[in-house]
Amino acid sequence: MKRTIPALITFITGFVLVVSSFVPPMQGLGEDFAKYFQILAVFAFFLGGASLVKANLQKITRRQPGWGYPIVTLVAFAVMLTAGLFKIGNDGGIAADVSAEGSLFSDLFKGIMSPLNSSTYALLAFFIASASYRAFRAKNIDATILLVAAFIILLGRTFLGSMLTAWMPDSLSFFKIDNLATWLMTYPNTAGQRALLMGISLGVISMSLRIIVGVERSYLGNGGGK
Amino acid sequence: MSNPFLSFTTLGLFIIAGGLVWILIRTLAGKEVSRRTIFLFMGGSLSIAIIFALTFNESPSAMVKTIYDRIEALPVGSRILLSCDYDPAMVPEVNPMAVAVTQHALSHGVKIVYMTVWATGTSMIAGLETNVIKTQFPEKQYGVDYLNCGYRAGNEAVLRVIATDFRKTFAFDVSNTPLDSFAIFEGIKTCADFPLIISIGGGKPGIKEWVKFVAVPTGAKIAGGAAAVSSPELYPYYPEQLVGLMGGTKGAAEYETLVREQYPNIKLSEAKALKMMGPQTVAHIVVLAFIIMGNVSFFRSRKKRGA
Repeated sequence: MKRTIPALITFITGFVLVVSSFVPPMQGLGEDFAKYFQILAVFAFFLGGASLVKANLQKITRRQPGWGYPIVTLVAFAVMLTAGLFKIGNDGGIAADVSAEGSLFSDLFKGIMSPLNSSTYALLAFFIASASYRAFRAKNIDATILLVAAFIILLGRTFLGSMLTAWMPDSLSFFKIDNLATWLMTYPNTAGQRALLMGISLGVISMSLRIIVGVERSYLGNGGGK
Repeated sequence: MSNPFLSFTTLGLFIIAGGLVWILIRTLAGKEVSRRTIFLFMGGSLSIAIIFALTFNESPSAMVKTIYDRIEALPVGSRILLSCDYDPAMVPEVNPMAVAVTQHALSHGVKIVYMTVWATGTSMIAGLETNVIKTQFPEKQYGVDYLNCGYRAGNEAVLRVIATDFRKTFAFDVSNTPLDSFAIFEGIKTCADFPLIISIGGGKPGIKEWVKFVAVPTGAKIAGGAAAVSSPELYPYYPEQLVGLMGGTKGAAEYETLVREQYPNIKLSEAKALKMMGPQTVAHIVVLAFIIMGNVSFFRSRKKRGA
């Protein structure tokens, strides 16, 4: 039963969603199923929250290495949850927008989460510079092609690219760095991305069919495939 | 000294170029550049670019210009849907796009309906409302000129439903007021009723999902604004499924350039992407320089080994 019922739900849901895309009279049913998914997605938040608390509490009680970090996580989780649920400092009261200006939730989000998140992302500049120095080396033909393409794109995305080749006559305008960068992005990149997309789509179709008909059951967790 | 700003720019660029030449000389002398030096140099270069406020001109690309032209071609009173599907990590890159589109649309008399399929998106929309609409367009009324529908959980499922019936998912705005009570929503049933939808983000669900679940089934016109790292993946959809695309800070800066040219009264201090393009350009040049130095060092050591 533990495997049959979830597999049956998967089959019915998958079948309805696929058929509703191709049979117009069934379109409404497909929308209803999508709506059910939205309701389930809300419950996933509860599940996610509970899982986060459980996993972090285990780390603290077992005094695992770095157990101080879970304390920070749990305190941050509790504070944000309280601020958001009870709309603390929100002029519009409990029914107002959770992110309303002046609310504690908004202040914490803007004052702590935003700068921390942006700073972490900004660190990429340093790691990219270091990685470029070590990895972008013309060791063989493939690496050289990658290196030249990256060099043109990087240069073409700056004013320096246009400046360096601005002297070129119109008959050679294709070879201007910014035009070369645009060409690389528009043609080789698009062709490669489309090929990837088609491959991925075929893979997704194949895997989805396996899941819908119950051949692939690993998503059910332990023992699902047996 | 006729233009002090120009002299600051030149001085800043000279300091960075001088540092790069010094590192190149050391590389030619056979000394590997340590990770610490790279980090320090990148930090120093970016600091100089920020302190001296280096800026460069941006010429708009066709992909960006089509979005601008589409909004410009809309009659006054038209409504567009702006989906802010991003989180704070993406804010520096994509928020300027949302700001510029908001400034452009409202200046042109086009109304905006905001929504998001990212939980973090509600704070992004609230930021736009506070920092852009209320400060720069105080005459614009909520529910008449703009509306915030907020966030709904369900990712792609939300898009699949609103493609055919907006109210099935968004029956209320962000403050739980029924959508039907707002003048801006009169006559809107599905996403396709908006002459233009702009999804700004770069993650999942994002522009790709908007294309799959809304643009293709309904024929709605969708434009996108994505982080630079994810925009190459979206090129295959342009110009058929995506009518335009802003890629990274450069895309945002190009849009800001267009808006500034047409609407000079818009507060220039908000042109954040143009400001950010200075440090980004410097970072690109520094990365390029380190690529060259890495190869100099590589060929030098190979020659040594060969000898």
